[in-house]
Amino acid sequence: MGNVIGIGAAPKRKEDQRFLTGRGNYVSDIKRPGMAAGVFVRSPHGHAILRGIDKSAALAASGVVAVLTGDDVAADGLGSLPCGWGITDAKGVPMKEPPFPMLAQGKVRFVGDMVAFVVAETVEQANSAAELLKIDYEVLPSVVGVLDAVHPGAPQLFDDVPNNICCDWELGDKSAVETAFRKAAHVAKLSLVNNRLIGNPMEPRAAIAEYEPGTDRYTLWSTSQFPHVVRFLMGALVLKIPQHKLRVVAPDVGGGFGVKQFHYGEEAVITWAARRVMRPIKWVASRSEGYVSDRHGRDHVTEAELALDETGKFLAFRVKTLANMGGYLSTFGPNIPTNLYGPLLSGVYTMPAIYCNVKVVFTNTVPVDAYRGAGRPEATFVLERIVDVAAAEMGIDRVEIRRRNMIPKEAYPYQTPVLVQYDSGDPMGCLDGALAAADVKNFGARKAASQRKGKFRGLGYSTYVEACGLAPSRFAGRLGARGGLYESATVRVHPTGQVTVMIGTHNHGQGHETTFAQIVSDKLGVAFENVDIVFGDTDRVQFGMGTYGSRSLVVGGAALSKAADKVIVKGKKIAAHLLEAAEVDIQFEAGKFSVAGTDRTKTFEEIAGAAYVPHDYPLEVLEPGLEEQAYYDPVNFTYPGGCHIAEVEVDPETGTVTLVNYTAVDDVGTVINPMIVEGQLHGGIVQGVGQALYENAVYDDGSGQLLSGSLMDYCMPRADHLPMMKVATHSTLCTHTPMGVKGCGEVGTIGSPAAVINAVVDALSHLGVTHVDMPATPNRIWRLLQNASLPVAAE
Amino acid sequence: MKPFAYHQPDQIPDAAKLLTSIEDSKLVAGGMTLIPTLKQRLASPAALIDLSKLAGLKGISDGGTTITIGAMTPHAEVAASKLVQAKIPALAALASMIGDPAVRSRGTIGGSVANNDPAADYPAGVLGLGATIVTSTREVAADKFFLGLFETALQPGEIITAIRFPLPLKAGYAKFKAPASRYALVGVLVAKFADGVRVAVTGAGPGVFRVPPMEQALSQNFDPSAIAAIKIDTDGLTSDIHAEADYRAHLVTVMAKRAVDAALG
Ligand SMILES: Cc1cc2nc3c(=O)[nH]c(=O)nc-3n(C[C@H](O)[C@H](O)[C@H](O)COP(=O)(O)OP(=O)(O)OC[C@H]3O[C@@H](n4cnc5c(N)ncnc54)[C@H](O)[C@@H]3O)c2cc1C
Repeated sequence: MGNVIGIGAAPKRKEDQRFLTGRGNYVSDIKRPGMAAGVFVRSPHGHAILRGIDKSAALAASGVVAVLTGDDVAADGLGSLPCGWGITDAKGVPMKEPPFPMLAQGKVRFVGDMVAFVVAETVEQANSAAELLKIDYEVLPSVVGVLDAVHPGAPQLFDDVPNNICCDWELGDKSAVETAFRKAAHVAKLSLVNNRLIGNPMEPRAAIAEYEPGTDRYTLWSTSQFPHVVRFLMGALVLKIPQHKLRVVAPDVGGGFGVKQFHYGEEAVITWAARRVMRPIKWVASRSEGYVSDRHGRDHVTEAELALDETGKFLAFRVKTLANMGGYLSTFGPNIPTNLYGPLLSGVYTMPAIYCNVKVVFTNTVPVDAYRGAGRPEATFVLERIVDVAAAEMGIDRVEIRRRNMIPKEAYPYQTPVLVQYDSGDPMGCLDGALAAADVKNFGARKAASQRKGKFRGLGYSTYVEACGLAPSRFAGRLGARGGLYESATVRVHPTGQVTVMIGTHNHGQGHETTFAQIVSDKLGVAFENVDIVFGDTDRVQFGMGTYGSRSLVVGGAALSKAADKVIVKGKKIAAHLLEAAEVDIQFEAGKFSVAGTDRTKTFEEIAGAAYVPHDYPLEVLEPGLEEQAYYDPVNFTYPGGCHIAEVEVDPETGTVTLVNYTAVDDVGTVINPMIVEGQLHGGIVQGVGQALYENAVYDDGSGQLLSGSLMDYCMPRADHLPMMKVATHSTLCTHTPMGVKGCGEVGTIGSPAAVINAVVDALSHLGVTHVDMPATPNRIWRLLQNASLPVAAE
Repeated sequence: MKPFAYHQPDQIPDAAKLLTSIEDSKLVAGGMTLIPTLKQRLASPAALIDLSKLAGLKGISDGGTTITIGAMTPHAEVAASKLVQAKIPALAALASMIGDPAVRSRGTIGGSVANNDPAADYPAGVLGLGATIVTSTREVAADKFFLGLFETALQPGEIITAIRFPLPLKAGYAKFKAPASRYALVGVLVAKFADGVRVAVTGAGPGVFRVPPMEQALSQNFDPSAIAAIKIDTDGLTSDIHAEADYRAHLVTVMAKRAVDAALG
């Protein structure tokens, strides 16, 4: 018998056994009999009329099985790729929702837009045939930036979307904000850009589809974070395949970060094509293909104003943002810069009035959707930057101004003026913890040491809160969600007492197989190694919404916890029968059912055995078997938060920023596995640092070409960019999730960009620098120094 | 990648003959540059002629007043060579800064020099040290070899067999890595010889080039201060999403000073 490894322990990750020994099973590892290869032909133009496609030469090429285009899609009457959220403007007018055909029809709207699918015996043959397609494009000017796109006279992506504005969304009390601004002693203003990012999961996207005529069933293997949602969106809305005839499998998936939480046209095309050619087909994206087709993230241009009284207390916050949607609406697209952004603008502060206006804008770029943090990093960045600007302008210490405005621990639950109610938190505690851990009191000495080497050192703070654990369905429905956001879990106890869990979330690097097994081990007293977690297969798992928005533990873990409770309830009934006691007298502890006050016990295994061999069993009142299921719909979001402190050194000669210290103290609620939480924080922080210092998706205006279309031009953060990080938790318990958990998957990415940029600005503030846009590249810093008020000492 | 014929000759003349007789054929050395272009279908040669089995193309030899490095010598070997470290430490340092460990153990000096990528490191080393490119048919001085963006003096059918470096009195290399690719955004090699100083710059423009004003100043006074005020003309320098031309020009001066510092140890 193995060990119980419960909540709070830090066992090594179960799944790493197969990953680290090369025994993972990814989509591209799968081979099906008679499998053909598919490649997508993508638009090389940002914007063009698609006059026609001549497939004859491609069809005649060796090994070619089929060539499909938008005309074939139209002829089969297939649906458009659906958007999962419908937002409305201030007057209640629904957003503009132009169709998103799975293969382009009539027009292409971004470099990478799919125009054809070529199926051949081999990938090489498919690629060669693809080169033979004669595609007649009438190239149009592209518009790639939001400021240009909303300009009258800009290229129009859709005839019925004037000025490319999908929705002019707002939140908050505009007039209360105006009144507050009139009374303000000081108004801080800031214009900023939140740079466009490309997720770059290690495994590129891939799919295999197969149709079995014998059963009239389709199977799609896809690199997806949410197979059940793909089954619904693709089956019910795009291809019109009944749910029971469609199986979607997302096996091991090599990272997602949001990029794989959308229903992509490739999935629909390959599934449709597999039936047309009556053969399994495989497609694996190249890294370059991912750059022009994986949904991008962020890309905001924002004007913010913060009103303060003479003591530095915040009176009101006004934010106007233009958010880039790219060429079409992706699955969550319009939800990210609106519902996941505006409601976070109060941060950890008492902010009496907020008004937020977001224009959601189409451009000739890859569709933009959720990327780790999704909306909350953008909100945090605006707020935490402008707080620093206000502090500097008013001559108040940056920590002090935060303290003066923070929501005190006792004030929770705290209702913000922008919909959300924080259930719990202790921002001041996180701040104090971070100040100590970052050794802020000796910063002056470190700065002086840098100065002696000719370097500028800066310290930056970010105190943040986020909303995750997506999401309370009723609340989300009011905001425009078109689906539910609950989660489900089944706990199947086998006759010998081992447990298999079927859960609707998807593990693609987060360590769920470990965390969830710890929950079961803890609750049922079953050995850790006797618990397996099954996910990612619509034929094996009852239902689920998948993994994104730091929801797996918060929502999925809650469903699992409830299902485990039901197992205990049923186990007690069986035990009561076997031990000839009243059910109320049965206690369950450490894997044993016992009669209170006696030494009569039954082990968990004995109860499981009795459930499946019900010879001595209350069959009249109880079903045999020991398997329970639970669905859980949260009553509120969860609100992790914390304080991050970054310390940077700037080389004024080259403009290079080096991150020298990083400290994070986060409130993630109950910690199930501290090692995994630390890993999630490390990864999240690195991605936030990537946004702040390195990553930038750059398009060429006019042509719409992606200039940063490979790892040679798009700078991902690397190990040698980072110091050893100090990461700790300072948790308050969530008041409404069963285990008090809040989620930790995105906090690192949410807190870090502002901390890093605030540190860079601090390092350069003596030169009159008040803001630096992301990424703070050497060229950009050098340019700022060139323009700065003081001459730079070169040596 | 499209199909191609593959040859692996073991004598240089055989390789040269294959290269001239098969239309659209290409030499492959470490393949670090060539193979990605094949995979992306940017090139689709009819035949690849693999240089890895050719006799006499590998290794580093001590010529007393020179060091000769065989064309097929990988960067890692140059970086780790006791001889190079002792006689031209700047060259060992340069090799150690190329790419990552995988690239350094496959990529070769001959491939790098033949390819003449505008952001590659070796062209700065070869030009800055005034090396000689030894080919299957002749010897070419570095000053006559690099002709701009991916252009060299190599004739059709010509194979680089070795690079011969004279020993400088002092030399230093300073590289400002492009953030994403880690090729040289600007790399400067400074070498002091008995008859003067050479300064070669890579990354900043469409091809490696020398900076005569810096060479003159350093010949007078081999100290960073001698060139601190020398500014490079931005005309003809590269401007792209990673760095604008005036920033590159600025970096040339900064990196040149740091190269002198490195040379002075
Ligand atoms: C990820 C990555 C990072 C890199 N970073 C850097 C860097 O920081 N700095 C840098 O300088 N380089 C860098 N490189 C390039 C690397 O140094 C290459 O190895 C080099 O440019 C080419 O050498 P190779 O032996 O791989 O040549 P190959 O790719 O085999 O050949 C390149 C070209 O040279 C020709 N050729 C090869 N050998 C000869 C010969 N003997 N005679 C005539 N023609 C020949 C080939 O026909 C081909 O056209 C990087 C490469 C990669 C993949």
